[in-house]
Amino acid sequence: METTSNFFGSIGRKALTYLDHLANIRRLAVNTMYWVIVAPFKKQGAKWHYTVDQMVRIGVESVPIVCLIAFFVGLIIAMQSAYQLQQFGATIFVANLVAVSLIRELSPLLTAIIVTGRNGSAIAAEIGTMKVSEEIDALQTMGLNPIKFLVVPRTLAMLIMLPCLTIMADFIGILGGYAICMLSLDVTSVRYIDQTISALAFKDLFSGLVKSVFFALIIAKIGSYQGLNVEGGAEGVGKATTKSVVISIFLIIAADLFFTALFYSTF
Amino acid sequence: MKEPIIQVKNLVAAYDDRIVLDKINLDIYSGESMIILGRSGCGKSTLLRHMIGLAKPVDGQILVRGRDITMMSEDERIEILKNIGMLFQSAALFNSMTIGDNVAFPLRAHTDLKENIIQIMIKMKLQLVGLSGFDKFKPAQLSGGMKKRAGLARAIAMDPEILFCDEPSAGLDPIVAAGIDNLILKLKKAFEMTIVIVTHELESVFIIADRIAMMHEGKIIAIGTKEELQKSQDPLVQQFLNRQADKEEIDREKHLNSILG
Repeated sequence: METTSNFFGSIGRKALTYLDHLANIRRLAVNTMYWVIVAPFKKQGAKWHYTVDQMVRIGVESVPIVCLIAFFVGLIIAMQSAYQLQQFGATIFVANLVAVSLIRELSPLLTAIIVTGRNGSAIAAEIGTMKVSEEIDALQTMGLNPIKFLVVPRTLAMLIMLPCLTIMADFIGILGGYAICMLSLDVTSVRYIDQTISALAFKDLFSGLVKSVFFALIIAKIGSYQGLNVEGGAEGVGKATTKSVVISIFLIIAADLFFTALFYSTF
Repeated sequence: MKEPIIQVKNLVAAYDDRIVLDKINLDIYSGESMIILGRSGCGKSTLLRHMIGLAKPVDGQILVRGRDITMMSEDERIEILKNIGMLFQSAALFNSMTIGDNVAFPLRAHTDLKENIIQIMIKMKLQLVGLSGFDKFKPAQLSGGMKKRAGLARAIAMDPEILFCDEPSAGLDPIVAAGIDNLILKLKKAFEMTIVIVTHELESVFIIADRIAMMHEGKIIAIGTKEELQKSQDPLVQQFLNRQADKEEIDREKHLNSILG
């Protein structure tokens, strides 16, 4: 009897803390949206230079690694698809596969995962360290809202820069596919470009960008939430950072599945 | 008697089920320096956190200039907080910014002052705490005492009426600690600030305090001037002021049981 009640008790408690987290994240999201959308009209919006700082750190500083990985992925997909398509003498369709798979799927996903590792973790660690060293309390005692000063600039910067990085990854990835075709397959440059353009439709780009906007929200929200809820010193910051990366990547892939299914069934 | 600037009425605070503050009543008058004294864990820092609105009470009221800060809207609270400075135990400087930017932070956020005026304000405040020329340093480059002084400069950046200090001399050597005490006294005299200090350092207490509130296990057990407190018959007050250790329990049976469970 006791073990059963313990068993269900622990499940119940787990479920409650989980729901608690959800409610808190929802509150954080609503608060952030208030500061992003409503506050500027009341002339209380956050100052732009905080957002610009974050845009540099999230966007500009991620450019090299995102480009490098996108280029590699372009090379990989081109080789893998050529391996199969050669059997049918249809190597020209490498261009279709590279373009469509990158733009619809891989570049939003990979960019989001790179940025989670680079910046999602940094958001959690920075805000968490500020929490531990009483800096968040200090903000509050100055009458300054930590969401406005810390969460909003990071969220805005993420929302702007992740789609930009994604578009960049699209181009660089296609360039990778192009490189393989030029070097080892007998496809001419003009045909490859023509084929790529004809393979793509606006909806492909659109679906990729919609995904990256939602991924940006996930990364910024989870990072900030984990940071603001750090407890217990350096160890707490470490745990929050790990958690933010794991949860973000999980949610990104889950959201990816959802949107892929949605676009697959509607377009 | 002057009007109280801060009134704490029947304040109850709890962490989960553990009651930390048990019906606290405290009046702090304008222009006085009130020291909240007590052992570690007696709830004095919690009281401070409630007075500045960092924590929500379970029950009771905290009135600043007659208005309850626990029931206020965000905007009203911000207006009150602009008149309050807080020096944290760890100084809580923003580590990513220079000392100058730290001091300027509340000014830039709350006022529309021009940048050249802000630069002058930074210089003035840093000079006041004896840190002239350190405005381009990062907090990590300063010693503990300098960080505290920089924290103080930031706390008074908006020229507040009330200054809260959480353990201002904790972790500092006696000379630096005395320097901080003098600085606080100087600020009080120069700007007629109301000063509320939480501490357990007796040396500071006798230098700074106009009145002392002594806390024990979530209650205020004595309140008055230092002379009044020294005359108090309360054994807990006397034990604290005379720095006597707790009497050790010599109950072997109990001790043995506690070890063996």
